[in-house]
Amino acid sequence: MSLYRDEGVVLRTQKLGEADRIITVLTKRTGKVRGVAKGVRKTMSRFGARLEPFTHVDLQLHEGRSLDVITQVETLRPYGEALVADYPRYTAGTAMLETADRLTLGEKEPALRQFLLLVGGLRTLVEGEHEARLVLDAYFLRSLAVAGYAPALSECARCGAEAVRAFAIVAGGVVCGACRPPGAAVPAAETIALMIALLRGDWPMADASEPRHRTECSGLVAAYLQWHLEHGIRSLRHVEREPARGPEPPWTPAREPGRASPWDGTRGFGPESTPDSHIFRA
Amino acid sequence: MYEGVVQNLIDELGLLPGVGPKSAQRIAFHLLAADPADVKRLAHALLEVKERVRFCRVCGNVAAEEECRICRDQRRDPHVICVVEESKDVVAIEKTREFRGRYHVLGGAISPIDGVGPDDLRIRELMARLADGQVTELILATDPNLEGEATATYLARLVKPMGLKVTRLASGLPVGGDLEYADEVTLGRAFEGRRLLDV
Repeated sequence: MSLYRDEGVVLRTQKLGEADRIITVLTKRTGKVRGVAKGVRKTMSRFGARLEPFTHVDLQLHEGRSLDVITQVETLRPYGEALVADYPRYTAGTAMLETADRLTLGEKEPALRQFLLLVGGLRTLVEGEHEARLVLDAYFLRSLAVAGYAPALSECARCGAEAVRAFAIVAGGVVCGACRPPGAAVPAAETIALMIALLRGDWPMADASEPRHRTECSGLVAAYLQWHLEHGIRSLRHVEREPARGPEPPWTPAREPGRASPWDGTRGFGPESTPDSHIFRA
Repeated sequence: MYEGVVQNLIDELGLLPGVGPKSAQRIAFHLLAADPADVKRLAHALLEVKERVRFCRVCGNVAAEEECRICRDQRRDPHVICVVEESKDVVAIEKTREFRGRYHVLGGAISPIDGVGPDDLRIRELMARLADGQVTELILATDPNLEGEATATYLARLVKPMGLKVTRLASGLPVGGDLEYADEVTLGRAFEGRRLLDV
């Protein structure tokens, strides 16, 4: 096949030559694809803003020798538009894109669950109903779970005992007193409960958590993620924590009354909800 | 592989942006065949640009002296500062002959994925310039892409407490184009920024 069509989320762009860019897209069927968008940096480019990071696009590519060439693009959802207007959410979003890029190592290896998870995560981030850092941590935990690195959170990662005391990244999650390696962190029980809530999609519980537990959870999740990726996530250093927010953020996009987000509460994660929901479950 | 010095030249030229091995070879042989005076002039220009050109201590634009030509020009309006990403953008705006204020070159845009955060740009210097209260308007002319927009959002949030007028360059349809080819985001922005046609 020389021409193929797929939908995907633009992960990153790199300048190429005078006016071109290499666009990395996580697609639904093909997996991660790197394609050249010719002339995209020119103001008169027919691609316009369609190939900016965060954009969910429907695209047509022509197979090339080393890189494919993007021939046509249509926007499905421009998530970037809403994210750039809110700096903490933008920084959280870039960390999500970088993680998706790192977790899908091979090009053109289908990664449907990672794709669906990323789209769900970006949608939740844009809707602005939960703190950006919570959405980011939930995304990290679930993308790790999809990649096969889900942390053990309710029983000892080494022996399976139920009485757990510490969190050891090297061991793969919480550990009991007997299995605890030196240097393991001892987080608050509420922090572990928050991690479980984020992994399961228990938003009422996650939203009710205290700031200190959220901070501790973010630290553990970031360390756990970077240990498994064997690579630092550069965007993480720039992720900004939001100030304490009121119930209605001013920029929340209008949604049809009565139509709930699939990421609301535990909806979207249980077997009774959306067809793709199975991928969000731990 | 060529004799040592020729190969050295080809290798060095090959390091330049957009110059591949074939182009490097072509340029090297062009230089070999060129008049020695022309080559000396080129070598001198290369050395001089590194020795003499520096960054303006006020705005960060490229300058041949301590301050750039624009910052030294007393006729430029000191109450308006236009913030751009690169020195190339200053030239692009100057060509329009529409702007008579001063500039501030950030040296890039916030791009967390590339490890570039606010501390890596000349934002601290901008805040120092705004501190004396002389500036009344800040025009954010960063690129209309995601990184540029995020940088503009960050700056707008940062200077908001100072009570300045903060404006952003308009986005919309390029002059000479067809409406049907405009993407949704650009067309949406064009609608957002539509103006009253007073005829």
